[in-house]
Amino acid sequence: MGWKILSKKFLNNEQSVFEMVVEAPDMAKKAHGGNFVILRLTEQGERFPLTVADYDVEKGTITIVVMKIGKSTTELSLMEPGEEILDFVGPLGKSAHIEKYEHPVVLVGGGVGIAPIFPQAKELKAIGNHVIVILGARTKDLLFWEDKFRQIVDEVIVTTDDGSYGKKGFVTDRLKELMENKPLSHVIAIGPIIMMKFVAKLTNGQGDLPKIPTTVSLNPIMVDGTGMCGGCRFLTLDGQAKFACVDGPDVDGHNVNFDNLIARNSRFQREEHERLEKFEHECKLLAMADKAEGECKE
Amino acid sequence: MRKYQIIKTRTPMPQQDPHERAHNFSEVALGYTEEMAIKEANRCIQCKTRPCVKGCPVEVPIPEFIAKVAAHDFEGAIDKIKEKNVLPAICGRVCPQETQCEAKCTLGKITGSRPVAIGRLERFVADWEQRVKDIGEFDEGTCVDLSGKTKVAVIGAGPAGLTCAGELAKLDYDVTIFEAFHKTGGVLVYGIPEFRLPKKIVQKEIDNLRECGVKIKLDAVVGKLYTLEDLEEQGYKAFFIGVGAGLPIFLNIPGIELNGVLSANEYLTRVNLMKAYDPSYDTMVDSGKVIAVLGGGNVAMDSARTALRLGAEKVIVVYRRSEKEIPARREEYEHAVEEGIEFHFLRNPTKIIGDEKGFVKEMEVIKMELGEPDASGRRRPIPIPGSEYTISVDLVIMAIGTRANPLLTQNIPNLKLNKWGYIEVNKHMQSSIPNVFAGGDIVTGSATVISAMGAGKEAAKGIHKFLQGKLDDS
Ligand SMILES: Cc1cc2nc3c(=O)[nH]c(=O)nc-3n(C[C@H](O)[C@H](O)[C@H](O)COP(=O)(O)OP(=O)(O)OC[C@H]3O[C@@H](n4cnc5c(N)ncnc54)[C@H](O)[C@@H]3O)c2cc1C
Ligand SMILES: Cc1cc2nc3c(=O)[nH]c(=O)nc-3n(C[C@H](O)[C@H](O)[C@H](O)COP(=O)(O)OP(=O)(O)OC[C@H]3O[C@@H](n4cnc5c(N)ncnc54)[C@H](O)[C@@H]3O)c2cc1C
Ligand code: SF4
Ligand code: SF4
Ligand code: FES
Repeated sequence: MGWKILSKKFLNNEQSVFEMVVEAPDMAKKAHGGNFVILRLTEQGERFPLTVADYDVEKGTITIVVMKIGKSTTELSLMEPGEEILDFVGPLGKSAHIEKYEHPVVLVGGGVGIAPIFPQAKELKAIGNHVIVILGARTKDLLFWEDKFRQIVDEVIVTTDDGSYGKKGFVTDRLKELMENKPLSHVIAIGPIIMMKFVAKLTNGQGDLPKIPTTVSLNPIMVDGTGMCGGCRFLTLDGQAKFACVDGPDVDGHNVNFDNLIARNSRFQREEHERLEKFEHECKLLAMADKAEGECKE
Repeated sequence: MRKYQIIKTRTPMPQQDPHERAHNFSEVALGYTEEMAIKEANRCIQCKTRPCVKGCPVEVPIPEFIAKVAAHDFEGAIDKIKEKNVLPAICGRVCPQETQCEAKCTLGKITGSRPVAIGRLERFVADWEQRVKDIGEFDEGTCVDLSGKTKVAVIGAGPAGLTCAGELAKLDYDVTIFEAFHKTGGVLVYGIPEFRLPKKIVQKEIDNLRECGVKIKLDAVVGKLYTLEDLEEQGYKAFFIGVGAGLPIFLNIPGIELNGVLSANEYLTRVNLMKAYDPSYDTMVDSGKVIAVLGGGNVAMDSARTALRLGAEKVIVVYRRSEKEIPARREEYEHAVEEGIEFHFLRNPTKIIGDEKGFVKEMEVIKMELGEPDASGRRRPIPIPGSEYTISVDLVIMAIGTRANPLLTQNIPNLKLNKWGYIEVNKHMQSSIPNVFAGGDIVTGSATVISAMGAGKEAAKGIHKFLQGKLDDS
């Protein structure tokens, strides 16, 4: 038993970000923007979460977009179509709140966070919202899905930190311009914690700009994803501890203690680093063995 | 007639040496040999009134099975036990016998005498069966085919769900268990550690179920992947909810957001289910030299003893009442003391203090004294003002209880819950929705393995009557 990988595609030359389509018909029927899945790749593997980046009820598929950072994501990147993911649990978390707003809705996707805003953009557009997306990446090579967004939303704004594509700057610069120009009903931001922190700061109404309700997507370390372990707890600004997997992961961006979230995500930093080094070492040995075998055959 | 002589002392249980076992995850209690079991069984005086049976939530025919053991008829003994209890290898190990069957044993009432070791004997008989039958690897091919029979869905594969499924399969239903995790067993696999309940024992019990034709669907979070309506559409006619009480409680004190503060649920899940103690597994677990565990129940003992085995130099259990009140199984407490766990009674944490990077550094605790008995009959702990002091710790593990997990229940309209979020049921374990039954911790709050199993069995009877249209709503 397992969940079959139907396709895999690297989204940049660096091959650090990839898109995978997984066969999961029952889940596809239930998935919405804002949901996530928990994966386990091997018997010895850990459980780790990824956001639903798209779903297709007819084809019975779930799409994920993944950035290679540590052992599990690297291992996933090495899997090929036809192979099976051992465990694929979901859809977990609250579904995104979708309503028809008076003014435009802006979705901000930064880095690999570009992917998870897609289903929300799709759902918001389907009920008649004016949808604007801001896609931000460090550099042109790391940007993806621009065309996919252009097909479904009203406006796509692209920005890169180094100016190699679109306008040079940060997503917050583009959001600020929009806020200065027209009334907006809602902002949804998904990306690096630091990006979400600054988006929330821009829209909290404490500067010269108007306050705009803002949703951010939290990514703390998780185990079960069902409210059972409390490992994913985050602190609100009024001092409550909540569980991201069941109270979120999409939450009110104006009530998150982002600094604590950053600290909590460094919980296993040392152990993760050691583990990845060991894994890479093993991969090298394997590659050497393969090569040696190949040479023998010749 | 046989004459019984009172033998006051019990046959001791062979155990791993405390110094050695504090560094490994192998089982602590090694189990009786045949000779030991027969010797202990011979202590039973076969009381006519069978008081011990009344102490057992599922009424195992205790004197009868013990008589078979004394007569060297282990096969007969296991059959007797299985009339009432389908998971004896587990219950013999984890039941709080000192408050259940053994509490009622006549021998325990005599001055200087200890009750018959009913749990140890039950374990012996169950282990004997697994040894001689050598059930071996599970083979899908041997499954009974129940397709075409009435379909029943069991949600949650803890002791309540597993028992309910087993009973329903015996009654010829087509049963599917839906389990959120990637493994079946509930607390038996993610909570109770290997050194107390080896996971292969749980696996054997589950293989037995599958041989009876029970189907198991893992990674299936009901309430998310399927609603009950979805399952009804798939043809399920009745439901048993046994999802446990898995929501961890955190003390409401400053510092709980720090790295190094974690729930016992998370700690034990990482170590047991995700096998973080085995270096070939990827799962990580927080490590530290000095570890404080808050609480005094089984969960606290399991966390403390796990921490010791993972290499902590010092493990402290901080409990707000006194030694007399700890709710843990006596044996586990004694084992913990033997292994070198320190107990700080009548203490309660007031604050957890972190370093500049957000990791735990110290914990402030306050001394407590016992006041008047509260509603539960236990003397209430009261803080002594001004008695606070701090201790250096690297990890703080909260084992202070759990609550009802609303993930599934909040997604079932019209399901009646009590004010704490547990499911309300009648004596047949039927909820406010006629074809939905429930049992185990999600009905009672955190309780015991055997009571969850008892509930699962009652519910199976209830479901059977309901599906035959014979359930009166009284
Ligand atoms: C709700 C949620 C949605 C996410 N969606 C996506 C997504 O769509 N695409 C994507 O590329 N990444 C996503 N992530 C992050 C992803 O889970 C981590 O990148 C992944 O677990 C890293 O595992 P690793 O073994 O490769 O790296 P590791 O070396 O284990 O860890 C690198 C970093 O990843 C984070 N991390 C590690 N383990 C976990 C865990 N069990 N749960 C959460 N974070 C962890 C930590 O911050 C850690 O420092 C999401 C995280 C959450 C919580
Ligand atoms: C660490 C620890 C030690 C303990 N020690 C003892 C002991 O020594 N003796 C004793 O008698 N008792 C002990 N207990 C208590 C005992 O384990 C529980 O009372 C018992 O397991 C309850 O059984 P259950 O079937 O109701 O629930 P659980 O065992 O909690 O099982 C519930 C199952 O349902 C699954 N589930 C939850 N939600 C969903 C969903 N939405 N969809 C699908 N599946 C779902 C869970 O993943 C889990 O597998 C201990 C408990 C713990 C935590
Ligand atoms: S099931 Fe538990 S309570 Fe009942 S006889 Fe066995 S050990 Fe005792
Ligand atoms: S009460 Fe004790 S001595 Fe009497 S029958 Fe039960 S186990 Fe035997
Ligand atoms: S991941 Fe365990 S409670 Fe959220």
